[in-house]
Parts: sequence; structure tokens; C-alpha cells
Amino acid sequence: MSAQGLTGPGLRLDRLPRRRRVNRLMEGLAWLAAAIAIAILGVVVFSVAQKGASELNLNLLTKPPIQFSLTNAPQGLANAFAGTLVIVGLATAMALPVGILVAVYLNEFAPASIRNGVSMALDILNGVPAIVIGIFVFGLLVVGSGQSGLKGAFALSCLMLPLVARATMEVLALVPNSLREAGLGLGVPQWRTTLSIVLPQTVGGIVTGTVLAVARVAGETAPLLFTSSLVGTQTSWNPYHALQTVPVAIFELSESPDPADHARAWAAALVLLVFILIASLGGRWLATRSRTKMLAR
Amino acid sequence: MSTTIEPTVRVETTRRQPMPPRERLETIFHVDGLDAIYSGKPAVKDVTMEVYKNLVTAIIGPSGCGKSTYIRCFNRMNDLIPGFTQTGTIRYHGQDISGSNIDPVAVRRNIGMVFQRPNPFPKSIHDNVAWGLKVLGMRDDLDERIERALTRAALWDEVKDRLKASALSLSGGQQQRLCIARAIAVEPDVVLMDEPASALDPIATQAIESLMHDLKSEYTFVIVTHNMQQAARVADMTAFFSISQGDEGQRWGELIEYDATEKIFTAPSDKRTEDYVTGRFG
Amino acid sequence: MTALDLTDATRRPFTGRRVRFGDVALQVVAGAAAAAATVLVGLIIWKVIDGARPAISHYGLHFVWRIAWNPVLGREVYGAGSFLFGTAITSLFALCLAAPLAMGIALFLSELAPRGVRAPVTALVETLAAVPSVVIGLWGILVLGPALRTNIESWLHSAFGFIPLFGDPSQAGASIFTAIIVLTIMILPIVSSISRELFLGVPPELKEGALALGTTRWEMVRGVVFPYARGGIAAALILGLGRAVGEAIAVTQVIGGGVFIHANLFGGGDTLASKIAASYQGSSTNLQTASLVYLGLILLVFSLLANISAQLIVRRVARRHGITRGGHA
Repeated sequence: MSAQGLTGPGLRLDRLPRRRRVNRLMEGLAWLAAAIAIAILGVVVFSVAQKGASELNLNLLTKPPIQFSLTNAPQGLANAFAGTLVIVGLATAMALPVGILVAVYLNEFAPASIRNGVSMALDILNGVPAIVIGIFVFGLLVVGSGQSGLKGAFALSCLMLPLVARATMEVLALVPNSLREAGLGLGVPQWRTTLSIVLPQTVGGIVTGTVLAVARVAGETAPLLFTSSLVGTQTSWNPYHALQTVPVAIFELSESPDPADHARAWAAALVLLVFILIASLGGRWLATRSRTKMLAR
Repeated sequence: MSTTIEPTVRVETTRRQPMPPRERLETIFHVDGLDAIYSGKPAVKDVTMEVYKNLVTAIIGPSGCGKSTYIRCFNRMNDLIPGFTQTGTIRYHGQDISGSNIDPVAVRRNIGMVFQRPNPFPKSIHDNVAWGLKVLGMRDDLDERIERALTRAALWDEVKDRLKASALSLSGGQQQRLCIARAIAVEPDVVLMDEPASALDPIATQAIESLMHDLKSEYTFVIVTHNMQQAARVADMTAFFSISQGDEGQRWGELIEYDATEKIFTAPSDKRTEDYVTGRFG
Repeated sequence: MTALDLTDATRRPFTGRRVRFGDVALQVVAGAAAAAATVLVGLIIWKVIDGARPAISHYGLHFVWRIAWNPVLGREVYGAGSFLFGTAITSLFALCLAAPLAMGIALFLSELAPRGVRAPVTALVETLAAVPSVVIGLWGILVLGPALRTNIESWLHSAFGFIPLFGDPSQAGASIFTAIIVLTIMILPIVSSISRELFLGVPPELKEGALALGTTRWEMVRGVVFPYARGGIAAALILGLGRAVGEAIAVTQVIGGGVFIHANLFGGGDTLASKIAASYQGSSTNLQTASLVYLGLILLVFSLLANISAQLIVRRVARRHGITRGGHA
């Protein structure tokens, strides 16, 4: 890597040392930038791991919180974990079929103009800040009738929809046309070809997209603030009531002045982070694997 | 081979100036035992030859014989390919430029390259030539340098009124001449050409060949070409590469014969050369 | 060869066009889903406007720059001015910090990193994007804020306190300054990953052409890669800005709250998004609720503008580079 050499009559080597120095400086800065990014990630993950691990125990998942606790009775965030499971599950159940259908329509049926229009709508939907989605669902569903887990799930599903639709569209596009033609050529009607021949090819990509969408919304706080945050302490699995969720719990605990609350917030953050990182990295790994498989075909 | 063969390729001697006698030729590159290897698989093996100053040297051979790889060794462009290694030496004015202690930037400053497909920058015609000059510190008389380069590349008359136009608005042949202008504007010592006319029509090709002919008194040209007739027209010296095969089916390129063009095409020493230039194979 | 049994229903020749029920059904159902998705966007816009209507009719456009927010009954007055200012300060500063960092990361990953390092580091940077904002906010208020307070804020205040920007340090690290750092961290991944893909998309023959002239890698990047990727980078920056503007949770956790505009980076404040998030417990009057939704409307308008302009830029760039590619005669 050292820069030397080349001497000789008639050879042009003007200003080279200075240019080399500038080059090395810039390359160094780029390395530094990458190091900073990794360091930030490391510090955040390390903080969460270190502070969360000390408070992490089964109580967190199994015991409900105790309001105004004056004793050291064990408490946890059971209601939040239950609520997150219910709400994220419902959100997935809402977003998945709609997202797949949208993708099927855009890829298999829609003329180019409609495809572009709806695609743009999906991209816009993707760009709406989560807090605005929260206000939207608040105004649409909560005003007058109150909060509920179901309404929170609906808000999350608005965030998931563009992700699932786009992931499904990408895999649908990868299915070779020859497969569709084979089905149609056998006399199988289009709807049957799409559902029984084309869609099954895309299952891997849909699963991946869903996993990534779940990873995205499991940690979302803002939409739930307006739709499912005024909760009690009992653990409930009933989506018709407002349910506590892990991100909202962390949010509230982080604002509290009590260090014991902070400790539980770190522990909950650790569990949340581990879940999201596994889902996120796992989803990405699945994505690269299924893409290489589809392209190799 | 002692007999002279009847060439199926007509060697045009009229256009080409006769080469100076061997004693007066100055060596600019001395290649010794060069192996070029991609991730363990050799592309070119054991090349030894000398390239002479102010001549046009052609590298010919069937596709896959490593001609492009070979020529890219001269300006260290293969460094950009991960997994590439090189053994042996290439001496440029006596200095081994293949060593890892040599800065490829300095090498490329003096040994320029024109590529197979024209690759002008998405800038104006003027800026395509000006950019290199500015970065390399040759800002004095910028406009004159640009005009001179474009004139020598036989492009000036066609573009002098629209220097600000985008380079991409030019035809393929014009773009390639612009790339040549860009390369010679920075006054290299040697210009390597990797099949410069293969993407061009015959008229554009002829323009480029004339160019080499006119400029070789100032530069040294090494040109890779798969077109034998082009080599015969334009080159003073010709190196013929061919594909050798190993026991396990690996293939690599080897220098078979290197001599004055006339000899290669009329009285080659190696049968493989003869087979190639008479069109019997390749 | 036996004759084909034409009474077999599956082989019956079709006279005229038969529209299959199944095809229509699928197309209708799928089309309805697509329509629903599109309608959803319109519904969001409409509902937000609707929710803000009481405040819009009460204050009109003046709301947008009025600097006031007093929920006390009898003296109620609301305005978005200070939050607009807060959003502008935090997001623009964050973008200024994140942009060069992101370019550096993108260059590292596309040009400089050794082969084996590229994939893992890319994954790590994307992982930063996966960390939920509430966790970043938690870390921000409990770890980053205090650290900034003790190490940077007090030093800057003692060294440069005569500049109003570096006024009295925050109480416990909750400040606009901390919010800026947090936002920088949050938009870094998106800007760098878009830029990385742009740099990787520069045609290698252009880069080779530049290097063959004897330029250094940095000169090549500056002369060929950046100009080529220029449009896409603008889109990436706009998207990053949109992300910063819309971030509510992490910002509200670390920004300290405040209504008045001041120059002190270390003081508290609020952005449009963080103000809305801070008020989720409910507001006392309809006007306050409507004003909060009005804030959301401003936010929505901005994010729509950012999103659409980024998309337009991407479309224009794709067209221009498509033409470039096919230009070799």
C-alpha cells in the first residue's frame, strides 16, 4: 500500500505526494465514519444489555405492575407483554391478507397506470409519520368510543401494509412468466393459476416481508399512545379493551423519576430489542437466501 | 517453418511506415515470466517479451486467451479486481511496476488506457477532457490543451462548436475518439488500447487506426485486437497469444510468437500462429 | 388413435367468450384491496384535516407561526410557531451531522471496505435502523443525555458561553442538543443505505475510465461517483429529513419540553411531533385537541411534500441514467 516508486525521465509525477495525502485523509475519514456507526450501535446495545440484564427475571414476564407500590413486592410487565402479543398478532392478521391481495392485484391484473398510482399511494403511506397514523386512528375510531387493543392493532396494520405489499410484489415479480403461461396453457383459469401456482412460489418472500414488518411495528409506540394506552395493571388478553404494550410501557417508565421504574424499563427494552434484532436479522437472512434461490432457478 | 505461406490475410504494407532497424529500437516495457492469476486460476502464463517505444504493438489471439487481462497488467488496472495476483515482472523504463510498493496511481498517470466500449463521463465534451487535466494539475493553457487533444483525436472539427454539449450526445465512434482525446490530453507515455474499435463501425474504426498511425511518433501504443486485418494494417510488432490446456481441463493464455507484423502474417515460425493467421482456427 | 371424447367437459370447445367467475372474483377482491390501500391515504389526510377543523376555523393560517401554547382555561391560546422552530432546528442540525457521516459510511461500504468486511458492516448499520425509537429514547434520556451534559454541554458553555447557542446547560441532559444527537443517530442508517446503493450503482466503466487517467480514488469519487449519484443523494437527504421531522417518541423523551423559542441549544423545547406525543394523556378542551391535530396536519403536509419530492427525484434520475446506459452506439 505504500506509495513510492516510479522515477524516471519524462515521467509525469506532479503534485502526487499532496494528492496522495488528500486521498489518504479522505479514506481515513470514511473508515472513521463507519467506525462511529458501529460504535454507536455497540454502545446502545451494550447499555441495554448491561442495564437490562441485571433486572431481567421471569417476574418481568409473569407479574403485573403494581401501582404505587410501597413494598418490594415483585412486579413485572406481564400486561404489556400480553398486550403486545395480542395487538401485534391482530395487526398482522389484518395487514397480511390485504397486503398480499394488493400485491396480487398490482402485479397480475393492474394496468401500468394503476400500478404506478397505487404504488405511489403505498410509498406515501409508508412515509406518513407513525404519530400522524396515531392521530388518524384516534380521530377515526377512538373519538367517542374509547380506546381498545383492536384499534391499536388497526393503527399498526396501517404501518405494516406497505411493507407486506411491497415485499410480496417483489417476490411476485421474481416468479417467471413461464410458470404462469404453463398454468394457463394447461387450461387452468387465471385465478386458479395465480392462487395455486404463482402464490405458493412466493411464500418464502411473504414470510420474510411479514417478519420484517413485525420487527418494525413491535417497537412502535406513537400509534399506540392514542389508541391503546390508558390501561390498568391487570393482564388482559381481550382486544376490546385498551391493552398495555411493551413500547408504551417502556415509554412511560422512562419518563418516571423512579429508578426502579428505569430498571424495569431497561429490562423490557432488552427483551424487546432481542426479539426485534432476531426478527430483523433473521428476516434479512431469509430474504437474501430466498432471493438467491429464486434467481438461481 | 521454413517455407513462406500464402497469406490469406493481405498485409497492407503501403500505409505503414517501415519499422526502424532493431538496433535503434528502444525498449519501454520488458516483461519477464509474467503470470496473471484470478483467484488461483491463471489467465495468462509465463509471458516474456519486450515492447518498443514509439511503435504500435498489437496483441492478437482467439477469445479467451487472456489478451485483455495481459494488457491490463501494464497499467495495474487488474488491481481493481478482487482476488487478482500477478507474478513475474514488468519493467517500465527499467523499473518493475508490478511490485506492491509501486503506487498504481503513478503508473496509470504515465500509462493511459482506452477501453473496449466508449466510457465518456456524463459531463460536457469540454469537461470530459478538462477534468483529468484539472485534477492532475495541468490547468495552464487549459483550452489549448483541450483543443490539441481533440485535434489529435481527429474530433476537433466535429465538436468545436458544441464543446458544452453532453458527451453522451455523440455517436459511438465520436465518443471513443473523445475517450482517446481524454487519455492523450494528460500526456501519457504509453497508450494501451483494449479492442478500441470492436464496438464501432468501419469508418470510425479507420479513423482510430489513422490516429494511431499519426501519433505514434509521440506515444507508444499497445493495442489488443481480435481483428487480424486491423493488426496487419496498424501494428509494427504483433504478439500472438493462444490458449493452452492443462491435464485437468484448465485453460490459460500463453504468448506463442512475437515478431514484426510482416513476419507474423507471412512467415510465422510457430504452426499455431500459422493456423490462426490463415484462419484455420480461431 | 382413439377419437377425442368431446363430451368430456374439460375438453369442450368454447364457443364465444366465457368469463370465469373465479377470475372476476379474484380481480374484484384484489382490486378492492388495492382501492382500500389508496383510499386509506386519502382517509388519513381527510380525517386529520377534519380533526383539526375547530382549530383551523378558530385560528386560520396564523396558527402556523404563532408562538404560544397555553392550555390554561380562560386563557387558552395555541400556535405552532415554537414547535415549527423546534422541528426546524433539530431536524436540520441532525441532517447536517448525519449527511457527511452517512456519505462516509456509504463510501466505505462501496469503495474501501475489504470484501469480507462489507456484508457484516452493512448489516450492522441496518441493524441500527431496527432499534425501536423508544429504546433509543430510553438510552438517550438515561445514558446519552447525562453524558452529554457532563462532558460536552458544560465544557462548551464554559468555553463559548458568550455565544447564546451555548447557554446554561440542561438539568439532566434533556435538551435540544440531545435531541439533535438522537435524531442524527436515527436518520444515519436510512441516508447511508440509500447512498450506498447509489454508489454501488455507478457503472464500473465510468470509474475505470477515471482511474485509468491516473487519478486517486478520492479524486475519482469526487469527479465521477458524486456527480453521478447527485440526484439520488438529494432524495436520500430529503427522506432522512422527513424521518427526522416525523420522529416523535425518541425526541419527546429527550428534548425536555418547552414552549418558547430561545437560542440556547442546551435548553428544552418541543417539535411538532414531540408536542403531540407529549400530550397523549388527553387534553382538556376540544380546542386543545383540535390544535394538537392541527400540529399533526402541518406534520403530515411536510412529510407528504418530502415523500413526493423524493419520489419525483428518483423517477427523474432513473430516467436520465437509463438513457445514459443505452447511449453506446
